[in-house]
Amino acid sequence: MDDHGSGVLRQLLEMAPHSVVDTHARLGDATAVVAPEALVDVMRGLRDAEGLEFDMLTDVTAVDHLGREPRFDMVYHLYSTIRNHRLRIKAGVPEAPGEIDTLVEVWPSANWMEREVWDMYGIRFRGHPDLRRLLLYDEFEGHPLRKDYPKERRQPLVGPRN
Amino acid sequence: MASEPHLLTERTRDTAEDDLERDLHTEHQVLNMGPSHPATHGTVKFLIELDGESIVDLDIQVGYLHRGFEKECESGSWYQAIPYTDRLNYNSAILCNIGYCMAVEKLLELETPIRCQWIRVMAGELSRLGDHLTRCGAACLELQAMTPFLYAIEARELTWDLQEMLCGARVTSNMVRIGGVKHDVPPAFPPAAREFIPKIRKLLGDFDDVVTQNRIFIDRLRGTGVISKEDCIRYAVTGPVLRSTGVPLDLRKDEPYLVYDQVDFDVPVGEVGDNYDRYLVCVEEMHQSLRIVEQCLDKLDQMGPGPVNVDDPRVRWPAKGRVFNQMEELIQQFKAVTEGPIVPEGEAYCAVESANGELGFYLVSDGGAVPYKVRCRPPSLINLQPLPLMVRGAMLPDLIPSFDFINMIGGECDR
Repeated sequence: MDDHGSGVLRQLLEMAPHSVVDTHARLGDATAVVAPEALVDVMRGLRDAEGLEFDMLTDVTAVDHLGREPRFDMVYHLYSTIRNHRLRIKAGVPEAPGEIDTLVEVWPSANWMEREVWDMYGIRFRGHPDLRRLLLYDEFEGHPLRKDYPKERRQPLVGPRN
Repeated sequence: MASEPHLLTERTRDTAEDDLERDLHTEHQVLNMGPSHPATHGTVKFLIELDGESIVDLDIQVGYLHRGFEKECESGSWYQAIPYTDRLNYNSAILCNIGYCMAVEKLLELETPIRCQWIRVMAGELSRLGDHLTRCGAACLELQAMTPFLYAIEARELTWDLQEMLCGARVTSNMVRIGGVKHDVPPAFPPAAREFIPKIRKLLGDFDDVVTQNRIFIDRLRGTGVISKEDCIRYAVTGPVLRSTGVPLDLRKDEPYLVYDQVDFDVPVGEVGDNYDRYLVCVEEMHQSLRIVEQCLDKLDQMGPGPVNVDDPRVRWPAKGRVFNQMEELIQQFKAVTEGPIVPEGEAYCAVESANGELGFYLVSDGGAVPYKVRCRPPSLINLQPLPLMVRGAMLPDLIPSFDFINMIGGECDR
């Protein structure tokens, strides 16, 4: 696997050579695709390893590649406040069962961002302490950022709760 | 009914000692606050578990202003997403414009002209100033202080007047374009800005006189909403909230974009990470923003007229004279209007320092004229997440300043 001249990718490949599926550094963004079953271990390594020290999970989102297998990509953006460098980690999630391990144990900031991904894409996070919808309401049907969710679709009208 | 007080005193006398020992079986009370509460400047609902007047736990329910920003962006051209970014953080729309356009420029590998970069920095700092004024002014208002709010809003009016001269709109600017800005600074702008900056400084001084050393204000802010440096980083908190804990993280310094490496400014930090530190950090950032605006005005004067848009047919329309006389340019104009720019396949993440913290845009293109994915990393949402840590164990009224100084903006938080 090539490190594309990025020191962060080189260290990641030394640390977890068998977990990384693909790398690129296009447009200056160091990116590694990680096997989903190794995600939590790799992330913990990235957080703790000397020289990497990614102490901040800046962003969590997903991309729906409808028609591709695996259908979804989880996309994590990491930042190190100590080293001032960034890394993007991606992991494929198949449509069924549409699950991946949660990162709340590694960085608590993942909590709400994973809830948003569940809300918008319907990807479940194994081990998440509180996997509720974040932005939409409980009665909402479907997950609107999936590419097969039509923009014009109407939702049932619900009254106030509690 | 006359006998009841007698009975009560009788009973009190008998069991006074037992009462002190007895478990009263009190229950926690759940209080609904919001989604539209007069003491919050943001549309959000709190479910507060209270023991007496102390906060035991807090559940924050966001999403009341969800408009499907990302879904809408996926159905228009790359240009049509820019007005939506105005409506993310409507207090500092230009900073949102800049963030999105810089991300598209990264995908297109465009370098914007130097004059455009200075204009962006100047407009962005005016926008940041307006955002901080709103935050500090509204926080005072919600702590029952009307006068400082009026000073802050008067100063914000001046920044909005300047913004109106720059782009024609006071709030939703839609000023930045992919590869440039809408147009150059109008000739009347620099003198007006030089006239307004001392006025804004004067109002900031008045605000400072009324608020900063005010006993009531200090009592409400000092020692409330405390969060540690480590918790901030674990929760990915950025912006003034993180800086108030003493971490000098500011993307304008750490990953200088545009021309921030050529501008002289300081990054203020706090010490203990309470609401008072957050307030002081914001006030100092306003002075630093004014400093940056002045430097930009000088620099723009000094460099003289020049292009403010890239000369790249992918994102710019051809000159009208050629469109009317030549076939190729007519076709190009037609494609530019009906389709907009074609962005090569790829992905890019670009982050800027907005008024609330790291505002990031993660864009994915499938090589077409419509964005495949537009993700906005909203600092408001992510900074709001550790609010329960800040207020657990505190009194209910401490929630108000803690929430105010996070400055959650519904439009950006819920998108």
